[in-house]
Amino acid sequence: MELDEIEKQVLKTVAGIDGIPEGAYNFRVNGKSISRSSSENIDVKIRPDKKGLEIFISGKTRNEAVHIPVIISKTGLKEVVYNDFYIEDGADVTIVAGCGIYNCGAKKSVHNGVHTFHVGNNCKVKYIEKHYGMGAGAGKILNPKTEVFVKDDSSVELELEQIKGVDSTERITTVELGARSDVIVHEKTFSEGRQTVNSEINVSVNGDDSRVDIVSRAVARDKSKQKFSSNIIGNSKCRGHSECDAILMDEAQVLAVPSLDARNLDAELIHEAAIGKIAGEQIEKLMTLGLYEEQAVAQIINGFLA
Amino acid sequence: MLAIKNIECKLGPEKKTILSDVSIDFSAGEFVAITGENGSGKSTLAKIIMGLIKPTSGKIFLGEKDITDLSISERAQLGVVYAFQTPVRFKGVTVASLLQVAATGEDVLDGKFDGKNAKFLEQVGLDPKEYLTREVNASLSGGELKRIEIASVFARASSAKILIFDEPEAGIDMWSLDNLLDSLKELKKTYRESTIIVISHNAKILEMADRTIVLSHGRVKD
Ligand SMILES: Nc1ncnc2c1ncn2[C@@H]1O[C@H](COP(=O)(O)OP(=O)(O)OP(=O)(O)O)[C@@H](O)[C@H]1O
Ligand SMILES: [Mg+2]
Repeated sequence: MELDEIEKQVLKTVAGIDGIPEGAYNFRVNGKSISRSSSENIDVKIRPDKKGLEIFISGKTRNEAVHIPVIISKTGLKEVVYNDFYIEDGADVTIVAGCGIYNCGAKKSVHNGVHTFHVGNNCKVKYIEKHYGMGAGAGKILNPKTEVFVKDDSSVELELEQIKGVDSTERITTVELGARSDVIVHEKTFSEGRQTVNSEINVSVNGDDSRVDIVSRAVARDKSKQKFSSNIIGNSKCRGHSECDAILMDEAQVLAVPSLDARNLDAELIHEAAIGKIAGEQIEKLMTLGLYEEQAVAQIINGFLA
Repeated sequence: MLAIKNIECKLGPEKKTILSDVSIDFSAGEFVAITGENGSGKSTLAKIIMGLIKPTSGKIFLGEKDITDLSISERAQLGVVYAFQTPVRFKGVTVASLLQVAATGEDVLDGKFDGKNAKFLEQVGLDPKEYLTREVNASLSGGELKRIEIASVFARASSAKILIFDEPEAGIDMWSLDNLLDSLKELKKTYRESTIIVISHNAKILEMADRTIVLSHGRVKD
């Protein structure tokens, strides 16, 4: 597998790896699977229709990770990729996705990733997805669609992050939860320039004694716009919490549209939202320790999205 | 070392006079207490020295250098540091990064921390294991926050010339007050050339000081 320096840098940023990782993986570069490997417990296959991957994770999987990074370094590439995950009862797995676009050409590069997770009973699943754009090219567009179906007694953590450089994103995350399961969705988005982020997170809790926690942190600079809609539907005896916390800068706009929909007397749902600029005294305190104003701002933003 | 000359400060929409004709010379190595009734202008004076508030008139000299028009950052880099009376709460800044920024004067964006900074927490009686990774936010109690604020100034001590503590005893339980006093004494012993200014209402701190300045209605009382 040959990657150039820029591709390696993108890979490091979105997947935290320097090259081929241990265990199961698939590398998709410029629309093609260029390298792929399965492990004893994790089977990575090309879908029959060739539009993505089918990944089978056995119930014997413990503490194992599967990496499926996507790199686009060709200008004008537009793709829709479907990746399906079948996670057997009892599996404990970390899935590292992530997409980096390097575009310095004149045409838009678009990656629409549709990820579907079928999570069995008693599973522990962590899904990490980072998005990153580089290069002065026309448009770097990433539209992830994530669907998660969780059975009973499982715990799922989604870590969704837009690091930098993505011009436009439409993110839709949908979770259906069974009984005694919990899901944590952590979303972090950064936007600047005229970038736009539109994120929608929908969680339906259908079984008793399940819990959902949605935490979104956003930083919007310059003239960028972000919209965050969260929707928790409590169909059962459950607890739900969603929180949207945003730092607003310059002439940016952040819109938080929370919705809580309780359809069972024992559903307890809470929402919190806070949008505001960085308090002047926070910047001043860091300045009293020797930082310049811009450094203080960078420090606060960096920590906020860490 | 630090000289403030004829400081006058008017604040608010009504330009209320907060300080008038305040002149004080602080020598290197001196431990000076400033006291006075609530609202007498002590914190305002400290903030003027740090650059957090601009005086209406008057001058401030650090050594020979006129720092009256310098920014907060520039003063910090010249060695002025201030422990706030009401510490700032952050979102997105951990105790570890605050101490690291204080100790180095540089931002920490890579999340790599120097283990040596743990000792500044110990100096204020906090267990580093428990606190380093916490955010300096609303989840900390008032006393914890105050101790962390003091620790951030201790972390800066090796590069500071003027250290100002604004009511460090406030919110600190009485069992820990003696430890705080010990830490201040230790600071004085370690950095013999530094000027330590402590704003306080506490008799023990006033006793420790080489001299005490009393402010009353925005003026220095003779
Ligand atoms: N921005 C401001 N606008 C108007 N008045 C102000 C402002 N800041 C401070 N003051 C007033 O200035 C006076 C001095 O305040 P300062 O905080 O310096 O008092 P202090 O001596 O530190 O009091 P304490 O012992 O309560 O801490 C007070 O009457 C306060 O209300
Ligand atoms: Mg005060």
